[in-house]
Amino acid sequence: MNAANPGIESLKETTAGDGTVATAKVFNISPSINVSEPVPTAGRRFSLAAKNFFQWLVPPVLGLTIFIGIWALVSQTSPQLPGPLKTWASAQQLFSDPFYNKGPNDQGIGWNILASLQRVGIGFGMAAAIGIPLGFMIGRFKFLNAMTAPIISLLRPVSPLAWLPIGLLVFKAANPAAIWVIFISAIWPMIINTAVGVNRIPQDYMNVAKVLNLSEWKIFTKILFPAVLPYMMTGIRLSIGVAWLVIVAAEMLTGGVGLGFWVWDEWNNLNVEHIIIAIFVVGIVGLLLEQMLVLLAKRFSYE
Amino acid sequence: MSEIGSPDEGRKAVIRETFPGLRFAPSGLHRENLMEKYVQIENVQMTFDTKKGPFVALRDINLNIEQGEFISLIGHSGCGKSTLLNLVAGLTIPSNGAMLCAGREIAGPGPERGVVFQNHSLLPWLTCFENVHLAVERVFARAESSASMKKRTQAALALVGLSHAEHKYPHEISGGMKQRVGIARALSMQPKVLLMDEPFGALDALTRAHLQDELMKIAAETKSTVIMVTHDVDEAVLLSDRIVMMTNGPAATIGEILTVSLPRPRERLALANNPKYHEYRGAVLDFLYRRQLRPAA
Ligand SMILES: Nc1ncnc2c1ncn2[C@@H]1O[C@H](COP(=O)(O)OP(=O)(O)O)[C@@H](O)[C@H]1O
Ligand SMILES: [Mg+2]
Repeated sequence: MNAANPGIESLKETTAGDGTVATAKVFNISPSINVSEPVPTAGRRFSLAAKNFFQWLVPPVLGLTIFIGIWALVSQTSPQLPGPLKTWASAQQLFSDPFYNKGPNDQGIGWNILASLQRVGIGFGMAAAIGIPLGFMIGRFKFLNAMTAPIISLLRPVSPLAWLPIGLLVFKAANPAAIWVIFISAIWPMIINTAVGVNRIPQDYMNVAKVLNLSEWKIFTKILFPAVLPYMMTGIRLSIGVAWLVIVAAEMLTGGVGLGFWVWDEWNNLNVEHIIIAIFVVGIVGLLLEQMLVLLAKRFSYE
Repeated sequence: MSEIGSPDEGRKAVIRETFPGLRFAPSGLHRENLMEKYVQIENVQMTFDTKKGPFVALRDINLNIEQGEFISLIGHSGCGKSTLLNLVAGLTIPSNGAMLCAGREIAGPGPERGVVFQNHSLLPWLTCFENVHLAVERVFARAESSASMKKRTQAALALVGLSHAEHKYPHEISGGMKQRVGIARALSMQPKVLLMDEPFGALDALTRAHLQDELMKIAAETKSTVIMVTHDVDEAVLLSDRIVMMTNGPAATIGEILTVSLPRPRERLALANNPKYHEYRGAVLDFLYRRQLRPAA
């Protein structure tokens, strides 16, 4: 797994993850060296492949080793912080039975992950269902763009959690409020990137549409949609990233089942191993989501 | 695949079958009985609104084009060739003056005027077939079955010698092939007038020569009226019946029109030793580099 080897470009992208980035390029996170090639016959080629393989493998492994080393050192000096070995043992025990259910406040890690994913899925899905068509319209109609621009620039920088009280007030329940927070934080990158994509459609394509006298429907299906798709995918990727960032914090506040609540619960139990495991789980699930979308985006890149 | 200059009767048969209205022009064509003033441009002026105020790109453009004529627009870059072509295409509307095609006012793009863009402008997510089919569908969907539209699409690709590449995507074929798909797309609509904006400008010399020969053949076969923007003097002389030479902008206009009366079909190798060819070439060069020398850009 190339988990610890994100390309520099992808890092740049995610750190600017407030939704303003609108690159249509689909960044390839996985290293491009192909290690699964059939074993070459010539010895020289074999040694070259081996060299490539080690160059691909060594830096991330080294990085992880140093990271775990530092962690171990720090845990030596601070007795409260469990070291890697202790955490690993705890994780093994935790994942041996991920789907137990002992009432609403004590469920397996699997259930917690699924609960968080479900909230993200619903909130993100609604954001996509509204944000993408809205982005298309804002991109296509100047008036609508001018109309919505001040609202978007005002609301976009608001911290997602600031929306939680509004959600609690309106929905009078924790779960919809958490979904609402996901919705409101995930919608901006999709609106903005889709609109930018529509704006950046090469004039050439629109001239083709004009010269061929295409109907609005054909223009949408044959030109607008495919041309905007890469931008849309970027928006979706940023949105999922934000949604996954926010869910843990939202669940800490709302309670119930979910990774965020679980972290809070373990904090109350002073089970620090589990908190560290939660951090890893959040990171790995986020990474998997991102990788899934990168793969999906690759399918939609032309040229 | 069709070769340069080889009369391909099989191909003509395919084309004849799918373009029933089409007559293959005999080489000794008499122009008298062709419709004169097929395209009429009268006192056309084009002014763009820019941030610095109005910008007059073209003024006093008067030009009549016969049916079946091959016209080149030549002039220094930025003089307004594309602007003029876009006006005929109907992509922009003139600020002043009248423009007619086949007796009707040009009020927007229309299927009787096919456009070939400089950078091919194929949609990258569609195959060559689908790119051409998009145009065919638009013109013939009401009157024809999908089987016959498919045939039309294939015939258009056959016309430019690209039957073997119909299921390829634009990024899988060479620049010259892309440009040919662009030509096929324009031709598939059976336009009366073919408008081309520096269609071969981005190609290497060999590919360009090959496509020029193909274009001459296709234009003769389909009897299309062609207006082509070019900056290549040899291309203009080789292909055109008349060369429209434009003065430098701003407020560019037609400086001179040169009639090229070299017999058709034209052979580029034979023309190399033809004194008249060099005379025409010299006249265009003289216009461009002595009388319209571009002020240091
Ligand atoms: N949409 C436009 N708005 C403002 N100016 C334009 C526009 N289109 C073309 N022009 C100007 O008109 C002139 C002619 O342009 P163009 O027709 O593209 O030249 P050419 O094709 O001969 O190189 C140029 O000075 C260009 O800047
Ligand atoms: Mg031009």
